[in-house]
Parts: sequence; structure tokens; C-alpha cells
Amino acid sequence: MNALLKNLVSSLRDLFPIVCVILFFQIIVLQQPMPGVFDVLLGTLFVVVGLAIFIQGLELGLFPIGESLAYAFARKGSVFWLLVFAFFLGFSTTVAEPALRAVTMEAAQVASSGQMISDTETARSAYATGLRVTVAISVGLALVVGVLRILRGWPIHWLIGGGYVLVVVVTLFAPEEIIGIAYDSGGVTTSTITVPLVTALGIGLASAIKGRNPMVDGFGLIAMASLTPMIFVMLYGIVLKLMSGGGV
Amino acid sequence: MTLLVDLWQTLRSTVVDVIPIVAIIFGFQLFVIRKRMPNLKQVLVGFLLVICGLTLFLAGLERALFPIGRLMAEQLTASEFVNPLGNTANWQNYFWVYLFAFAIGASTTIAEPSLIAVAIKARQVSGGAIGVWGLRLAVALGVAVGISLGTWRIVMGYPLHWFIIGGYLVVILQTALSPKKIVPLAYDSGGVTTSTVTVPLVAALGLGLAETIPGRDPLLDGFGLIAFASLFPVMSVMAYAQLSQWWAKRHSSKLE
Repeated sequence: MNALLKNLVSSLRDLFPIVCVILFFQIIVLQQPMPGVFDVLLGTLFVVVGLAIFIQGLELGLFPIGESLAYAFARKGSVFWLLVFAFFLGFSTTVAEPALRAVTMEAAQVASSGQMISDTETARSAYATGLRVTVAISVGLALVVGVLRILRGWPIHWLIGGGYVLVVVVTLFAPEEIIGIAYDSGGVTTSTITVPLVTALGIGLASAIKGRNPMVDGFGLIAMASLTPMIFVMLYGIVLKLMSGGGV
Repeated sequence: MTLLVDLWQTLRSTVVDVIPIVAIIFGFQLFVIRKRMPNLKQVLVGFLLVICGLTLFLAGLERALFPIGRLMAEQLTASEFVNPLGNTANWQNYFWVYLFAFAIGASTTIAEPSLIAVAIKARQVSGGAIGVWGLRLAVALGVAVGISLGTWRIVMGYPLHWFIIGGYLVVILQTALSPKKIVPLAYDSGGVTTSTVTVPLVAALGLGLAETIPGRDPLLDGFGLIAFASLFPVMSVMAYAQLSQWWAKRHSSKLE
């Protein structure tokens, strides 16, 4: 109970800056009255209480489970199953992600207005679904490579640097309409539940394996998961363009 | 009444988000690891708290912050506000937009739950050397600078990939110069910043800008702010580590 109270105080402090920014711009800059004061107050109360409960649950549930899974896999010593687990964790948490759903729908809109696909509902939803599955697969692969990296102790900057080079190279060939969406898609894939779980998994693995340092080897999974979607989304755009270009 | 309906719908979508995660974790626990999970009860309570907390958090955001935030983004980018005299607008007219982008980027990042999670872990792992607030402020500053630069780019209409590729070069250079221990954490902090709180508000700002400025296509130019918001924290976290290393060195050399 005491811990929850402490969390409440800190989430109040966390929300305080947003409230200040909004009040400042609303009253001083825009000079508009606040719309629906009651709703705003009630909503803010929800946000504060919700954040406090979430942080509590994080420490009770998500962190311990990520770590205990990492230890269990390390004891079992089966690299194969660990990689299968990493792939499915990345794939399944991404494919249903609401933020990704929104971005892929917008991407379909862009594609149809640029005449890359036909301007029908079915064509757009097929495009959006294809894109979403592509991103989910890329996040799954990112976690597989990221876990392998922890097991083998590869330095992260080679992987990320290599990823950057790939992004730049693929950008050169990607259709212009898709570049903005591709760059943004890296940021939206890692959700609020996935991040703590994946972080705990990485740190758990790095602490369970001899010779790995949790600080140096444990972090980096999220970075991998936000880099690969950029590459894969652009590749998706290139492939579709080639396919539709073949018909002309 | 609408409040209960909202809460119920948010709860449902949160549960749908969590189901695949729970299925995979328990599936592997049952069929591959085949051992009883330690502290099963505590973990289940934790999951329940995560779901309830996230539901309240999201429903509250949708009720309080997002409507105002979106409305403000619209008002700040509207041509009557930017350019009341009706002259041709130039980039300085968007001063308040840049300031809003900076302020909203920083403040939403401070409240971002996934960043809090990573900061807690980083403090544990580093044995307290990396403070929760140090990391969060460094990331928030990075997001703030990133988003305001991103809005400036939309106003000017420069191609997105110049900025991102330029940013990559800076990151690679910093990687070579930073303390080795901070590098993976810095890379990770790029991905965690843009989550539940930041994305909807920032997306509204980008779309609003691209709609008002003549010659910009909202579908093409409205994107890219998220990319800025996930690249700049990588730089700011490494810069924070470089500065504190430099500071420590200077301090210790003074003592000698």
C-alpha cells in the first residue's frame, strides 16, 4: 500500500509538466478558454492513478517474468527454443499493436493516392495488412538477432551501424512516398507492455550467461526492434513498386 | 455513462493487446520450460495491475489530454494564428509552433511509461550510477530538440532523409567517443520514447502543419516527426554520458 502511495506521488510529478505546458499555451499564447474543464480534470486523475498502478504492476509482474524466463532458458541451454520464443514475442506483440495499425492504414492511403495500388477499400486493406505483417516479421527477426548477439557477445554498435548503412542504401531505391512512413514505423512498434518485458529479458539473459555484462550486453534489443521495421517497410514499398511497374 | 463505455472499450483493447503476450509466455512455460513459474501468484497480480493501470491511463489520456492537445496543434498551426495579417508567411511566423513542439515533446516524454520502465532497469543494472531522472531528462531533451527541428523541417519542406542520415553520422561519431557502457542504453532510448503518450500528440502536430502550409501534402510531409523523436534521444543520452565523463575527469584533475 505504501509503495502504491509513493507511485501515486511520483506519477503526479510525472504528469505535472504536461499540465503546465497545456495551461501556458491555452491561456497565455492562444488565449482560449479551457474546453470541458470537468472532463479534463477527471481524465487527468485517471492518468495519474493509471500510471501509478501500471508502474506497480511492472515491478510485480512484467520485470520478474521477463527475468525468470531468461534464467529458465539459460538453464535449459536450448538456443533454438530461445530464438523461437524471441521471434514469436516480437511478432505477436507487434502485429496487433494499435499504433502500427493506424500507421499502416495511413500508408495505404498514401499508396492509393500515389496510384501505387488501386483506389478501392479491398486493395487498401490488403496493402495495410501486408505492411503490418512485414513489420511484425521484422520485429521478430530483430529480437532473434538481438538475442543471438547477447548470447555471442557481439558489440551492439556494429549491428546498429550496419543497420544504418542498410537504411541509407535502401532509402536510395525506395519510392519517395514510403520513406516518411518507413522512418516513422521504427518508433511506433515498441509498445508500453513490450518494452519492459523485452528489456527485462535482455538484462536477465546477460546476467544469466557467464562473461556477459548486463549493462553492455543486456540493453539493445529495443534498438534492434526499432531499426529493422524501417528497412523492411521500404523493401515492401520497393517490391510492390517493382510488381506494379512490371505491368506497365 | 459514456465514461463507463469508454473505460470498457479501452479495457477490451488492452486485454486484446496483452493476450498474445500472455499466451506466448505461458505456452513456453508449459510446453518448453516445463517448470513451475516462481512467484506465479505475484506475477498474475502484476499482470492484472498492468492491464488495469494501462486502461485507466489510456482512457484518461483520451478524455483529457489528447482532445486539448490536438485542438491546440490545430489552433497553433491555423493560418489565422500564424499569420493574422495575411502576408506571405515565412518560417519565423511559426515560432510558437517550434516552442510548443519543444515543450510538448519534453513533457510527454517525462510521462512516458516505457521510458520509466527502462530508466528503472538502467538504475538497477548500473548500480545507481545512471539515475532515473538523469536518463529521463536527457531523453526528454533529445525528444524536444528532435520534434522542434522536425516541425521546422516540415515548414521548410526539406527532405526527411537528409536529416535522418545526418543524424546517423552524428550517432556513429558519438559512438566512437562515448563511454562504452552507455552505448547500448543510448540506442535503446531511441525506441522507447515514442509510445502511448507522445505519438498521438506529435502526429497531430505534424498533420496540422502539413495541412496549413501551402505546397505541403499532409500524407507525404506530415510524417517524420516520430523518426526525429526516436533519433535525437540517442544523441542526447550519449552527450549526457560524454559530459558527465568530462566533468568527472575535470573534477578529479583539479583535486590532484
